[in-house]
Amino acid sequence: MAALGVATGGGNWFSALALGVTLLKCLLIPTYHSTDFEVHRNWLAITHSLPISQWYYEATSEWTLDYPPFFAWFEYALSHVAKYFDQEMLNVRNLNYCSSRTLLFQRFSVIFTDTLFVYAVHECCKCIDGKKAGRELTEKPKFILSVLLLWNFGLLIVDHIHFQYNGFLSGLMLLSIARLFQKRHMEGAFLFAVLLHFKHIYLYVAPAYGVYLLRSYCFTANKPDGSIRWNSFSFLRLISLGLIVFLVSALSLGPFLALNQLPQVFSRLFPFKRGLCHAYWAPNFWALYSALDKVLSVIGLELKFLDPSKIPKASMTSGLVQQFQHTVLPSVTPLATLICTLIAILPSIFCLWFKPQGPRGFLRCLILCALSSFMFGWHVHEKAILLAVLPMSLLSVGKAGDASIFLILTTTGHYSLFPLLFTAPEKKNLFLIGWKLSTSLAWGLWKSSVNLYSLSPLGS
Amino acid sequence: MEKCYLMTAVVLLGLTVRWTVSLNSYSGAGKPPMFGDYEAQRHWQEITINLPIKQWYFNGSDNNLQYWGLDYPPLTAYHSLLCAYVAKFINPDWIALHTSRGYESQAHKLFMRATVLIADLLIYIPAVVLYCCCLKEISTKKKIANALCILLYPGLILIDYGHFQYNSVSLGFALWGVLGVSYDWDLLGSLAFCLAINYKQMELYHSLPFFCFLLGKCFKKGLKGKGFVLLIKLACTVVASFILCWLPFFTEREQTLQVLRRLFPVDRGLFEDKVANIWCTFSVFLKIRDILPHHIQLMISFCFTFLSLLPACIKLTLHPSPRGFRFTLVSCALSFFLFSFQVHEKSILLVSLPVCLVLREIPFMSTWFLLVSTFSMLPLLLKDELLMPSVVTVIAFFIACATSFSIFEKTSEEELQLKSFSISVRKYFPCFTFLPRIIQHLFLISVITMVLLTLMTVTLDPPQKLPDLFSVLVCFVSCLNFLFFLVYFNIIIMWDSKNGRNQKKIN
Repeated sequence: MAALGVATGGGNWFSALALGVTLLKCLLIPTYHSTDFEVHRNWLAITHSLPISQWYYEATSEWTLDYPPFFAWFEYALSHVAKYFDQEMLNVRNLNYCSSRTLLFQRFSVIFTDTLFVYAVHECCKCIDGKKAGRELTEKPKFILSVLLLWNFGLLIVDHIHFQYNGFLSGLMLLSIARLFQKRHMEGAFLFAVLLHFKHIYLYVAPAYGVYLLRSYCFTANKPDGSIRWNSFSFLRLISLGLIVFLVSALSLGPFLALNQLPQVFSRLFPFKRGLCHAYWAPNFWALYSALDKVLSVIGLELKFLDPSKIPKASMTSGLVQQFQHTVLPSVTPLATLICTLIAILPSIFCLWFKPQGPRGFLRCLILCALSSFMFGWHVHEKAILLAVLPMSLLSVGKAGDASIFLILTTTGHYSLFPLLFTAPEKKNLFLIGWKLSTSLAWGLWKSSVNLYSLSPLGS
Repeated sequence: MEKCYLMTAVVLLGLTVRWTVSLNSYSGAGKPPMFGDYEAQRHWQEITINLPIKQWYFNGSDNNLQYWGLDYPPLTAYHSLLCAYVAKFINPDWIALHTSRGYESQAHKLFMRATVLIADLLIYIPAVVLYCCCLKEISTKKKIANALCILLYPGLILIDYGHFQYNSVSLGFALWGVLGVSYDWDLLGSLAFCLAINYKQMELYHSLPFFCFLLGKCFKKGLKGKGFVLLIKLACTVVASFILCWLPFFTEREQTLQVLRRLFPVDRGLFEDKVANIWCTFSVFLKIRDILPHHIQLMISFCFTFLSLLPACIKLTLHPSPRGFRFTLVSCALSFFLFSFQVHEKSILLVSLPVCLVLREIPFMSTWFLLVSTFSMLPLLLKDELLMPSVVTVIAFFIACATSFSIFEKTSEEELQLKSFSISVRKYFPCFTFLPRIIQHLFLISVITMVLLTLMTVTLDPPQKLPDLFSVLVCFVSCLNFLFFLVYFNIIIMWDSKNGRNQKKIN
C-alpha cells in the first residue's frame, strides 16, 4: 500500500498526463477513420506478402507506397504482429478490408508507437529552464509544455481519428531537437537522418539542421562579437556528420540502389503530378492564389473579358487530386514553388548563419522553415502544419511574445484541420474539439500571463 | 481567474470523455423485436407527441404498454415530448406513430446522444461545478480535482452515454436539491428535489434523508415559531410542485391511479434479472421468490429496508447538519438498494451520487465504493458491448482519484473517520488497533477479485449447467462489498456526533 502511495501520490504528474492521454486515445478507437487507414493496411499487406523488389512497384491498390524505405520496414515489422490479430488484412487483394480486429490492431499500433513521442516530450522537458517558475504545478513551464505536447489536439485528430503515424515521427523530431539542446549533436543529426528516411516531409526543415550543424557544430568557436571564426573549422566533425548521414541513407536506400530501383522510388516519393493543392486545400499561399484566380475568372466571365470556351474544365475545388491550370493568373510550376520557398526561408537561414543564437535560434529557424515550406510548398497537406506547431510549443514556454504567437498559430492550425473530420458524430466531436481548442486558448492566455509575470524573456 | 480556466478545462474533459463513450453501441442496438432502453426512449417520444396526454399511461390500440410502456413519472414524459418536437423538426420519420418502431440510423443516434449531452450540460454538470466551488476549507486546486473526479465517475457516463438513459437529469435535480438544502435555500432545494422525484420515482430512495434533514431543521428553529413557518412553507412547496407536474393527471382519479400503477409495479416481484442486492444474492441459496407469497415478500422487504435506515434517519432528525445529511443520503440509498423491492442494477447510481459528494472527506473509501458500483453493472455493460470504454473510464477515474486525493496515504483511522468508533471499541478490546490494516487488505482482495472476475467473464465461457454463473458471481461479490459499505457508513454516522457530543461536554 505504501509503494502504491508513493507511485500515485508522489506528484508524478508526467505519468498521469501521459497515461491520461493514452486512455483518451483508447476511447477514440471507434471514431471515424479516413482512407489513410486503408493506406496503411495496404502497406502492411505489401511489405508482408511481397519481396522488397516489388514494394515500390506494387499498384493493385491506388494507395501505393510513397514513404521512404524505413517506413516500409516499420510497416513490415508491424505486419509480423498484425498476423496474430487478423491474417486477412495482410492480403494485398483485400482492398478496404476493415474487420474489427484490423481496426483494433491499427489503432493500438498508433497508440503504442506514441511511446516514443512521450519519451521525446520527457526529454524536451529536461531542456526547459524551470528555475524562474512559480511553485504551483500548473505554473511550471515543464508542466505546461507537457500538456501542450502530450495533449496536442492536432496530433490527436490526425493520428487517432483521421489515422496516421505522426506521433512517433514527431517524437523523433522532438528527440533530435532535444539532443541538439543538450549539445549531443551527433545523436541529433543521426535521429534527424533516420527521421528523413521515415517520412521525407521533414525535408521542409532540413535546411535549418544543415545550416545549424555546419555553423555551430563544425565551427567550434566564435569570435567575441559572435561572428564566424574561420580557422576553428573542424574537418573531423564535418566528416563524422557526413558519415552519419551517408550511413543512414545507405541503410535505407542501399537495397533499392542495388536493385536499380532508385528512380522508381524517387518518383513515388515525389509525385509532382499530384497538383499544386491537395484535395482539401491546405491553408497556404497557393490556396489564396487559386481562390483569387477563381474570383478573377468569375468576374472576367461576368464582364465578358474572358472567352468561356477557353476556360479549362478541371476545377481546383472539386476535391480531387490532379494537375490544374490557372485561368487568369499564371500557372504555378513546382520550380516556382521551390523558388518561393527558398526566398521565404533565406532570412532565417541568414540569421542562423551570421548570428547563431544557440539551440533556441536553431529552433526558431526550424519553425520558420516549416512554416515557409507549408506556405509555399507544392502539394502541401494541411496536416503539415503540425510540423510547425509542435516545435513552436517548445519556444512558447520560454518567452511571452512567443506564447502569443503560438496561441494564434495553434488555434488557426488546429482549426484548419477540421475538414479532416468527415462524418456527423465526428462533426459533433468537432465542436467538442473546438471547445477543447478554446481550452488551449485558455491555457495559452493564462500561460502567457504567467510568462509575463514570472518569467523574464530569456536572453536567447 | 485561473480557477475559471481550470474548471472549464475539467468540464471540457468530462464532456470529451462522455462524447467519446457515446460513439459506442447502445442498449438493444440491432436486436429486434424488443431492442432496449434506447428504443424505449425513442418510443416515448413517439407516444407523447402523437397521442393526447390522457392516453400516455393507458393501454390502447395506439399505445401498447407491453412494448416499452411509460413507467416513469410525468416529467420524463414532458422531457420526451420536448425532444420529440425537436425530432419532428429534424426528421418526422423518427417519431412517426407505429412506423418508426425500431428506427435506427446514424443521424438518429447522433440526435439521441445529443439530447443526453444537452440535458447533462444544462442540469447535472452545473450542479457539480457549483457544488465543488462552494466547498469550504479546501484549496482551489482540491476543488477542481474534486470536480474532475466527480465528472469522471464511470458508472454515470457508461449508463447515460453508453447504455442510454437520462439519469443525469434526475441526479442533477437531486444534486441541486442537496445544494439548496445544505446552504439554507430550503425552498429551492425542496423544489429541485421534487422535480427529481417527478422525473424518476427511484429518487424516492433519497427522500427520507431530505425529509429528516428538513424536519430536523424545523425542530431546531423551534416548532412554535420559525420552525413551524418553515414547515408550512416546505409543505406548500412540495404540494405545489407535485400538483404542477401532475396537473393533467389529477383531472380524473383513474388517471392518477393508472400512473401510480405504472410507476410502482408491485406485482412484478422482489427482483428482476441479476442485481447486486440481498434478495437476489440470497435467492442463490434459497429461492424466496418461489417460497414466500407475494405480500409476505413485500412486508419483509419493507421491514428490512426501514430497519436498516432508521438509526441514521433518526440521528439526522435530531442533529441536522449538512455533513450528516450527505452521509445519511449514502446509507439510506444503500439500504434501499440492498433491501428494497424491484431494484434494478442501475439504481446503484442513486447511491453513487451521494458517495461522490463525500469524496473529499473519505477519498479512499469513496473511490473504492465507486469502483465497486461500476463493477456491479458489468453484466449489463458487457451486454451493450461497452467493455473497452468501461475499462478505460474506470482506469482513468482511478488514476484521477489516486493522484488528486493521494488516497493510499489516507488510510489511517483518522482519515477513515473511524477514530471515535475505534476509541469506543478499544474501551472493551484495548488491542483493537488493526482496523486500517484490515481495511487495506480488504481493499486489495476486493480489487483483485473484481479484476479476476472481469477477466473471467470476458475470456471464458460459463459452464453449460450454469449459464448465469459469472453474472451471479459479480452480483454476489458486489453485494458483499455493499454490505460492508452499509455497515461502514452507518458506523460513521452513528459515531460521528457521539464524538461531537463528547467534545461539547469537554469544552
